[in-house]
Amino acid sequence: MQSFTGVGVSPGRIVGSVRQMPKAVSEPPAGEQLASSTTAEDAAVTLRAAAKAVQAELKQRSVSATGAGKSVLEATALMAADPMLIKGAVKLINTGTSAERAIWESAASVAEMLHNLGGYMAERATDVLDVRSRIVAELRGVPAPGIPASDEPFILVADDLAPADTATLNPAVVLALVTSGGGPQSHTAIIARALGLPAVVAAVGVESITDGTAVYVDGAAGSITVDPDAEQLEAATAWAANAATLAVFSGEGVMADGHLVPLLANVGGAADAVKAAAAGAQGVGLLRTEFCFLDRDEEPTLDEQVTAYRGVFDAFPGKKVVLRTLDAGADKPLPFLTDASEPNPALGVRGYRTDFTSPGVLKRQLAAVATAAEGTEADVWVMAPMISTADEAADFARMCGEAGLKTPGVMVEVPSAALTAETILGEVSFASLGTNDLTQYAMAADRQLGPLAALNTPWQPAVLRLIQLTVAGSVAEGNNKPVGVCGEAAADPALAVVLVGLGVNTLSMTARALAAVAAVLAKVTVVEAQRLAGIALAAPSALEARARVRAELPILDELGL
Amino acid sequence: MSERTATIASRVGLHARPAAIFAEAVGALPVEVTIALEGDPADDAMDASSILSLMSLGAANGQVVVLRAEGDGADEALAGLVTILETDLDAE
Repeated sequence: MQSFTGVGVSPGRIVGSVRQMPKAVSEPPAGEQLASSTTAEDAAVTLRAAAKAVQAELKQRSVSATGAGKSVLEATALMAADPMLIKGAVKLINTGTSAERAIWESAASVAEMLHNLGGYMAERATDVLDVRSRIVAELRGVPAPGIPASDEPFILVADDLAPADTATLNPAVVLALVTSGGGPQSHTAIIARALGLPAVVAAVGVESITDGTAVYVDGAAGSITVDPDAEQLEAATAWAANAATLAVFSGEGVMADGHLVPLLANVGGAADAVKAAAAGAQGVGLLRTEFCFLDRDEEPTLDEQVTAYRGVFDAFPGKKVVLRTLDAGADKPLPFLTDASEPNPALGVRGYRTDFTSPGVLKRQLAAVATAAEGTEADVWVMAPMISTADEAADFARMCGEAGLKTPGVMVEVPSAALTAETILGEVSFASLGTNDLTQYAMAADRQLGPLAALNTPWQPAVLRLIQLTVAGSVAEGNNKPVGVCGEAAADPALAVVLVGLGVNTLSMTARALAAVAAVLAKVTVVEAQRLAGIALAAPSALEARARVRAELPILDELGL
Repeated sequence: MSERTATIASRVGLHARPAAIFAEAVGALPVEVTIALEGDPADDAMDASSILSLMSLGAANGQVVVLRAEGDGADEALAGLVTILETDLDAE
């Protein structure tokens, strides 16, 4: 029985058949010529046929799609055989260029034209490039890039997924995600948790599994087994039964001894917020405002911002909503704020720092938040990402005060902020630990890199120590200022216990994880959580910390978490 | 050469879904049709069956465009296309 081990990032035990995600289409070499056996006329005919085939495929997919996805597919299908695109390519073929290279260049110039038109047109440029990849794949006789279209449920195996893949990932068909690259904080992990799909990342060798192979995936243990045995089939069946109970959250995070741990949701906009409220979230611990405006070339207007934020506030009347100001940069560039040419974007001008280079955007955002908060019943808190010093915290608190916002706070994700939490909390009303970035900076390990996945886990004792120091800073400051966690760490039920043991007041996570975290917290007392936190802090490695804590929590295995 | 003008009725202009519907209708016709903004030289007119051309034309709601076609059935073809452009396709 062949098996593979990776990092489990989203729990679930499932059996299914594998579909490999085709590799991205490589660029045909510049200057590639027509093969001597091919005439320009033949190449043009072949190209038109390939374009028609891609068009037919996209059109067929649009039939089963609904809503916005349907109209995008319809428009993209038309682009595939568009006369402007094809004529441009045929011109190049007539000068001796290969069909692949010709369509590549023709699409590039069309995409550039659309980009230069700005606004809505610029956003369509990526559609043209997607169509181009599909035509080149068709010409080469290789599968189309992207998530395979299938009516049969399957386990998706890929190198890693990009944020854009989320749009085409149908959770009704994809049973689980397995990647050879990526880490616990990669987009694959975030997508999997948001969709509630079992997932294993950084599983070396899985690219060799052939399509159609039956495998067993355990998203908590991080294992993939080819040709599962009877015991594993049974485990998958038991999980399916458990999953139903783990999907319901009572709406209050309470521990075995009655200690309350408010469980909040991380959301990216009004649609998310409505879902989170329905899932029982006790508020929003992280509103990622940049997600309202990704793919935008220009700063959103005041009215657009007010509408976007109010939609979230209205979903949580009488509840806390913590809004994070635009966290642009690194893996989430916003053209109106960030400089894409920085050599080291994770250490560059991002988050709060964009106020140094694009002053005014933050001030206008805070004004929009204040306007949106007027007349809503939500308790609106505002925090800045990437704060490194007490001076920055003071400056942000001043800007919030000028905008009329009463509860300013900071994200603690730069190690310097954890180390100086006492003085930073002297300037603001609360702190929220962003464990994804805190881990990447504490371990000096890029979140997106598969080979560094073992470093990139919030189970690292060094990261837990920084969380402990942040809580200690709040205690030393003396005014009981709340410290929450809004990183992916809070969604891991075992780690959630450790975080509470370290003294964290609230946990904010993807709404999908609320029920599982609540189920585990309900079995543990605060004293027990403190003991487990001590065990984790004293462990020599992240793996040991996780293993030792999990060994003390048998409820995890019972629930398949 | 037949020539007709039409005022764009769709609120978003000749983009997105309205452009897709229009380009598809042109593609199904037996004649070649060009489109230009009113007042632009006929030499700059673009292929009306190309959604990419329509998008780069950027005709907004209320703007007037000129459609041109030649050959048998050109008049009927243009009449049908004018109707499409003068309907608010977003509303449907």
